[in-house]
Amino acid sequence: MKFTVSWLQDHLLTKASMEELLDAMTNAGLEVESVENPAEALSEFTVAHVKSVTKHPDADKLNICEVDTKDGMKTIVCGAPNVSEGMYAVYAPLGTYIPGLDFALDKKPRKIRGIESHGMMCSAKELEVSEENEGIMDLQGKLKVGQPLAEVLELDDPVIDFEVTPNRPDWLGVLGIARDLAAAGLGKFNPMPVKPVAGAYPCPVSVTIEAPDACPTFAGRMIRGVKNGPSPDWMQARLKSVGISPKNMLVDVTNYISLDRARPLHVYDVAKLEGGLTARLGKEGDKFLALDGKEYEPTEDMCVIADESGVVGLGGVMGGASTGVSDETTDVFIESAYFDPLRIARTGRATGILSDARYRNERGIDPESCLEGLELATRLIVEVCGGEVSDVTVAGAPPEKQAPVQFNIEDVKRLTGVEFKTSELRTIIKDLGGDIEDAGEAWYVAPPSWRRDLKQSADMVEEIIRIKGFAALPLTSLPEPEGGVSQVLTEAQRRVRAGRRLMAARGFLETVTWSFVSHAEAKQFGGGAKELVVDNPVASELDCMRPSILPNLIKAAQKNADFSQRNVRLFEAGPVYLGDGPKDQRRYISMIVRPETVRNWIGKEEPYDIYAAKADVFALLEAVGQDPTRLMVMEPVSDHWHPGRSATLRLGPKNVIAEFGELHPRALKALDVDGTMVGFEVNLDAIPVSRGTGTKTKPVLEKLDLTPIRRDFAFVVTDDVAAGDLVKAALGADKALITAVNVFDVYAGKGVEDGHKSIAIEVTIQPKDATLTDAQIDAVSQKIIKAMGKFGGTLRG
Amino acid sequence: MSDIETIEAEALSAIGGANDLATLDGVRVSELGKKGRVSALMKTLGGMDPEERKEMGPKLNALKNRLNDAIETRKTILEDEELDARLASEKADLSLPPRPYHTGGLHPVMQVFEEIEEIFGAMGFAVAEGPDIEDDFHNFTALNFPIGHPAREDHDTFFMTPDENGERKVLRTHTSPVQIRTMMNEKPPIRVIIPGRVYRNDWDATHTPMFHQVEGLVIDKVTHMGHLKGCLTDFARAFFEVDAVETRFRPHFFPFTEPSAEMDVKCDRSGGNVKIGQGDDWLEILGSGMVHPNVLRNCGLDPNEYQGFAFGMGVDRLAMLKYGMPDLRPYFESDMRWLSHYGFKPWLLPSLSGGLS
Repeated sequence: MKFTVSWLQDHLLTKASMEELLDAMTNAGLEVESVENPAEALSEFTVAHVKSVTKHPDADKLNICEVDTKDGMKTIVCGAPNVSEGMYAVYAPLGTYIPGLDFALDKKPRKIRGIESHGMMCSAKELEVSEENEGIMDLQGKLKVGQPLAEVLELDDPVIDFEVTPNRPDWLGVLGIARDLAAAGLGKFNPMPVKPVAGAYPCPVSVTIEAPDACPTFAGRMIRGVKNGPSPDWMQARLKSVGISPKNMLVDVTNYISLDRARPLHVYDVAKLEGGLTARLGKEGDKFLALDGKEYEPTEDMCVIADESGVVGLGGVMGGASTGVSDETTDVFIESAYFDPLRIARTGRATGILSDARYRNERGIDPESCLEGLELATRLIVEVCGGEVSDVTVAGAPPEKQAPVQFNIEDVKRLTGVEFKTSELRTIIKDLGGDIEDAGEAWYVAPPSWRRDLKQSADMVEEIIRIKGFAALPLTSLPEPEGGVSQVLTEAQRRVRAGRRLMAARGFLETVTWSFVSHAEAKQFGGGAKELVVDNPVASELDCMRPSILPNLIKAAQKNADFSQRNVRLFEAGPVYLGDGPKDQRRYISMIVRPETVRNWIGKEEPYDIYAAKADVFALLEAVGQDPTRLMVMEPVSDHWHPGRSATLRLGPKNVIAEFGELHPRALKALDVDGTMVGFEVNLDAIPVSRGTGTKTKPVLEKLDLTPIRRDFAFVVTDDVAAGDLVKAALGADKALITAVNVFDVYAGKGVEDGHKSIAIEVTIQPKDATLTDAQIDAVSQKIIKAMGKFGGTLRG
Repeated sequence: MSDIETIEAEALSAIGGANDLATLDGVRVSELGKKGRVSALMKTLGGMDPEERKEMGPKLNALKNRLNDAIETRKTILEDEELDARLASEKADLSLPPRPYHTGGLHPVMQVFEEIEEIFGAMGFAVAEGPDIEDDFHNFTALNFPIGHPAREDHDTFFMTPDENGERKVLRTHTSPVQIRTMMNEKPPIRVIIPGRVYRNDWDATHTPMFHQVEGLVIDKVTHMGHLKGCLTDFARAFFEVDAVETRFRPHFFPFTEPSAEMDVKCDRSGGNVKIGQGDDWLEILGSGMVHPNVLRNCGLDPNEYQGFAFGMGVDRLAMLKYGMPDLRPYFESDMRWLSHYGFKPWLLPSLSGGLS
């Protein structure tokens, strides 16, 4: 909402400085967004007096003028047809920037057809004061040489723009702003009440309300015999200063009152109306051309104003083109109504119309302002356009007054921590237009009709502290909670932190990607259910909640690779969505690597592969509290993994905690990726949260003094035997003595039968009580060899 | 000159003259070996009479010991020389690059989440979480956004596909619905902060369709607006790590708080960078207010008994202000150059004792 300081001064008698005004606005909740003073652009320009004008000897259209300026007498060559002796003109000294021409005068006098010109006299258009360009500005009135132009044109009037919060539609009028600033102590409020104008005849335009919920009240009157034309300069200046182009008096009046009083009005050309006006709901077949030049078909949910010919306006949103006023209008009908704000908001959304009327009406204007707005419009129109005024016709009645607000005055201290005198409370309530009906134990305050946001005690508390200023609040640190401060994060939250730091420590870069993917990507990665599709996506490729972080990571990895980035290793800790219920979201840590061989002077470095991914996923699981060696390595479940070169890690056959490996080439192709990518995804929420043992004490360290013995074995098995099963079997061969089994070679080829492979393991045997004899060690070896038997494993010779 | 003296002189000269370990060992064998000269003399002891043996025995033993010592000494010298010579030939060019290793990093938004958690954690706030896909009740209605109210429109809400009953879930537009979930599930006193992702359908130079917020909520029987002011000022001081942080609270409007306030911090923007705690400008940091009585009622709490405050702040912007990222958009672009430059090393663990950053 924009307004000018002089406009505000209509309603606020104040001596406050600009700084005090802006501070008062900020402190009262009117958040200033910008302050602009048009005078600043004109600061170089001053009044000059043209003393003599003589024809230029060498140019017909040029004159040589002797001009009295703030810098003394100057010779200025001027081409304007209207320059004349004795006129007061606008002087621009040498070097001045001329805004309308977008250039600066030379700093040294320039010869024009042989005559030096020492400055310039400007037209209104050159100064961007108006479009007028017929000649130089011919200033009128009591003027002094050297007087600032901004002062003469009364342009030294800063324009303030501020944010109107949705709860304060009364701030959409200058009057409402002044009231709050006066209450905050900035000056004296001048409400400028309007005296009604008596009607000379009954209003010939009838008004009927058929939809009282949508339009509770509708007041209007006719003025006949008006002469429409431009509005007065002062009104045009005010409208222009806040960015509204003046049209004609009848239209300008509605805009002016909308800005001054937050009271939208509409004017009809009575000659174009057919019969009386009716406020009703839209119906099948309704159609009308609005003032914005577009055609609308009102629905049953919209409130329309209709005459006998049909719809002539969307009530409170926009009028119709067919009945609008023009310079030819002689009989005008003024509408001042109150519409249901919610319906206005719905209509506005459905039609997409953005009008000042909609903006005010949907936020809720003062329902009791119909008559005063109508009378003010009448006065202004008659003053300028003349005409004969009819009686006021009123249909319906404003909605019921709000119930008095029960204000428990001790709530002020309870909620703010500050106590004020009751006399101060009274003054604030009165200044804001409230009426204290009963000041007993609890007060009952009748809120003013323009403050429908005041409903309960807390609302009154806000008014008190807002007007007193938040600086009055104490600055009190929160006391420590009873029992002190203990661990803040839950176990699950701590795991996310640990996991992220582990990944970064292992050389991965953390990224954050959208929670969205495209629907096609979602389906490719196991999601895409209907309830996870966004109805109004910000972009078509971001229309579905992600079932996996991988598509985003893969695309990010590819994008970086396209940029010739080396060692693309990215991870993200974030949500994935299994459904739209409150318990359907899971915390994941997922990562992607784009394996590549980077040349290096030492020799060949093995590119990142699925076993490197396994090391990383194991390290991560350990960091997030899951012993990876307790998990089962099983086949992949998701289609986006390479069927042979990926696996799941599960705690129990059904609880998949992690998937890792190479991505399926088809999934990569769908994301426009060629080549290989290796990654994992860990579902942190699938890892059970340990309940703890009730003690932080660690178990006793079991450190045996006897040296462990290591023995190597190689077994030949068929290709389909999993090394992991072999290791597990070896470990189980003698649980008391075998503490570790390490695979140190896998070999297939010459010397090993086709379809077979040789797996070499190193077994660690840890004696407990006494050194083992050769016979005992042999016995363990035999157990291992026997255990391999169930895989058909034979000891390799 | 006796044999002993001759042998000793010759042997010592040979030991001293040995220039490598093999020659030295040759000397040892020829003097002290089984067939060596000293050993041969030792053997003559058996044929001596007791008097003579008594004299010669110790002499020969002493000779043997002296030669052994001399050999050991020489051996150490030769071994040292040999090692030095070998090491001299083993010189590597350590200006060559190391074996490859990777340096990771943490995203600034995630780091700032942790910083904020540290600060409020020390004030006794727990960390609560809630779903990104919300229903209308939690995201709006319970937070005192009446149906059809223009304040809802300001949120640029993302809607999910409606179900068969026409009901549609939303992507939460703020972290505030978790306030509702917390108040409905826990008994006061409550102190929680709620970090998380939020969504609004807006994408330009200063808005991204997804961003991050931290919400805070304090509910008990005594917390008033002075506490709000104190708590959030304490936060600003700790977060920006500037003692001189000055805050200003201005009235504002939020449907779910009454009275409502925005907090500004004093700053200097003259140099292109924002400097907190200096200058004469104000910068908006967060929204806050006393929890609206309607919200308390919607959660089954009696507003005459319980009261408290809530606040919410945009983490992406806070990170930007503190660490000087000039633009919000690269936050979500996964450009490794940006992530490496603005990211945090894993050992930079935010803590109040060690410093947040």
